Amino acid sequence: MQGMMISRAKELLQDGTVNRVLGWQAGEFVYDITPAVFESAEELDAGFVYNAFCGSNLSKYLIKETIKEGKILVFLKPCDTYSFNQLLTEHRIDRDKIYVIGIPCQGKTSGEMLKAKGISGITGIKEDGDNVIVETIYGNETFARADVLEERCRTCKSKKHVVYDELMGEEGEVLDSGRFDMVAKLEAMTPDERFAFWRSQLSKCIRCNACRNVCPACSCEKCVFDNPNSGISQKAAADSFEENMFHIIRAFHVAGRCTDCGECSRVCPQNIPLHLLNRKFIKDINELYGEYQAGEEAGSRAPLVNYTTGDVEPSIVYHREGK
Amino acid sequence: MLKISLGKLTDLFDAIAEKEALYIPADKAGVAQFTRYENGLKMSDALNTNRSAKDFFFPQIENLVDFKVNGKNIEIIDPRTEQEDFVVFGVRGCDARSFSVLDKVFLANPVDSYYANRREHGTIVSMACTRPAETCFCGSFGIDASDPEGDVTCWKTEDALYLRANTEKGEALIEKVKPLLEESDDAAVEAQKAATKEILGKLPLRSFTTEKFGGDVMMQAFNSDKWNSLSESCLGCGTCTFVCPTCQCYDIRDFNTGNGIQRFRCWDSCMYSDFTQMAGGQPRLTQKERFRQRFMHKLVYFPANNNGEYGCVGCGRCLSKCPISMNIVKVAKTLEGEL
Repeated sequence: MQGMMISRAKELLQDGTVNRVLGWQAGEFVYDITPAVFESAEELDAGFVYNAFCGSNLSKYLIKETIKEGKILVFLKPCDTYSFNQLLTEHRIDRDKIYVIGIPCQGKTSGEMLKAKGISGITGIKEDGDNVIVETIYGNETFARADVLEERCRTCKSKKHVVYDELMGEEGEVLDSGRFDMVAKLEAMTPDERFAFWRSQLSKCIRCNACRNVCPACSCEKCVFDNPNSGISQKAAADSFEENMFHIIRAFHVAGRCTDCGECSRVCPQNIPLHLLNRKFIKDINELYGEYQAGEEAGSRAPLVNYTTGDVEPSIVYHREGK
Repeated sequence: MLKISLGKLTDLFDAIAEKEALYIPADKAGVAQFTRYENGLKMSDALNTNRSAKDFFFPQIENLVDFKVNGKNIEIIDPRTEQEDFVVFGVRGCDARSFSVLDKVFLANPVDSYYANRREHGTIVSMACTRPAETCFCGSFGIDASDPEGDVTCWKTEDALYLRANTEKGEALIEKVKPLLEESDDAAVEAQKAATKEILGKLPLRSFTTEKFGGDVMMQAFNSDKWNSLSESCLGCGTCTFVCPTCQCYDIRDFNTGNGIQRFRCWDSCMYSDFTQMAGGQPRLTQKERFRQRFMHKLVYFPANNNGEYGCVGCGRCLSKCPISMNIVKVAKTLEGEL
């Protein structure tokens, strides 16, 4: 796939369709891949990569890139296309300045995922059918691919691209892979258990803002938490209330707009499963307002900003006993 | 050399914890973090804690002074309480060195009394590494992961923990738990050190060096056009600065309590948009300048002000944790060709 992508990118640069290519650049190790803009065939040959570690969602970079001159080629995985549509819906990116090539995705892993399996000293990785062989200075280890996938990929919502100008490889389908199972488990807990779960997770937060900064739905020019004039700017959580509320408020802010791309949990240096907060909102919206997938269709009216007489009444909170 | 069998490790922790606060790396909510020891808490097997050990001396947030307004009077309250003695157990060689980097900032005149107070009461027990990761490069800064510095150095083998006191504080700690320890030769430790050194020699970053950097190349490094591409996809989050054991910038702010002020300081990040914001505005207008600041500080400004010592200890946390995998190794390797 990587070879096909590079040659197609070169063609589009050559014929002037685009003047830049947004993709992924190889790093020091097999897994430390950085989103990058390539401007020439030489640059593509030197560093462009597409493999199991290209988890970064490139859609948000288009906010910055489409302000610049000329058209840019971007490679989007299925889940990234949902973010792309959502950004279009919110008028944050300029569609005319983007050429989208949809690329297939078998699910992504990461250096952190491999390390969580007790792997250290990684020097390489080989894919062999449904297995991945991780080479380390301490010897090789083989894993079933499914076992090393990021959580968001094990519960992948869709292998289908919802937007593209051109598609590479075979198109997939929308999946039902139980992404709300963990939310249902949390709902089944007693309030005390649930509180204990979230406290143990959110108390780890160091307020690095990685979740916010990577989030395609968090595209405010100036976040209230960064604005000294807002009265609530914070660089550190002073107490447990602030630790909790930052994430809960952020989840409210992206409710109905979050496409469930899972970048927040991928980037969290403290391994907080932040996507579960967003999934709770998505699940509730589905249950209370009817099935809705943010980003599925550009320009769609989200249930929370679209009044209908069938909308649920606030008293639902009591009927659901706070769950 | 003293030793204690691993089966008695809990006894050792209990004995220390009886006399002073003890913190050990433990697996909590899915990550290894320094945790106050109690009730037989199990030590983590992780190579290193997610957050560095700098929190013990330079916490993420702390109150500096409180002002209480009462009519026309303002009462000034020092919120500091007596600092208890504490032991941080299981600090790796990289983090153990980071304290000397922080000391150069906080213990230089004017001495930061908040930091100094904690340093005075803290005892560092370091732990030799046996399974370094590909992201490790402490050797680039002359750190020996197989024999780390600290008030006490420990080696954990398959069946025993070996201890060696290096300082007066370390001797004092050992003295307190002496009845639990037995004298031993250093054969097992020497064997472990040799095995670890062999692994260190195989690490992918074993030959990485920052030697070309320092105050002498300040303007060449600063003016390099490579900063554009290096910083291009930086998210501007604070992950690298907050997981870094040597990043030491902070902000001081006032919190209005309604009838007074709490003046606190908290970690700041040069990656943030309002870092060092002043009356005239923010001196670093784009992410490129903010990104450059961080690496210039570690590779150029810090050594320029501290006899060539770099503001990095090679712990590799930024290599593991940066959301876009941009880090000091990539930056140094990209820039060194121009110096």
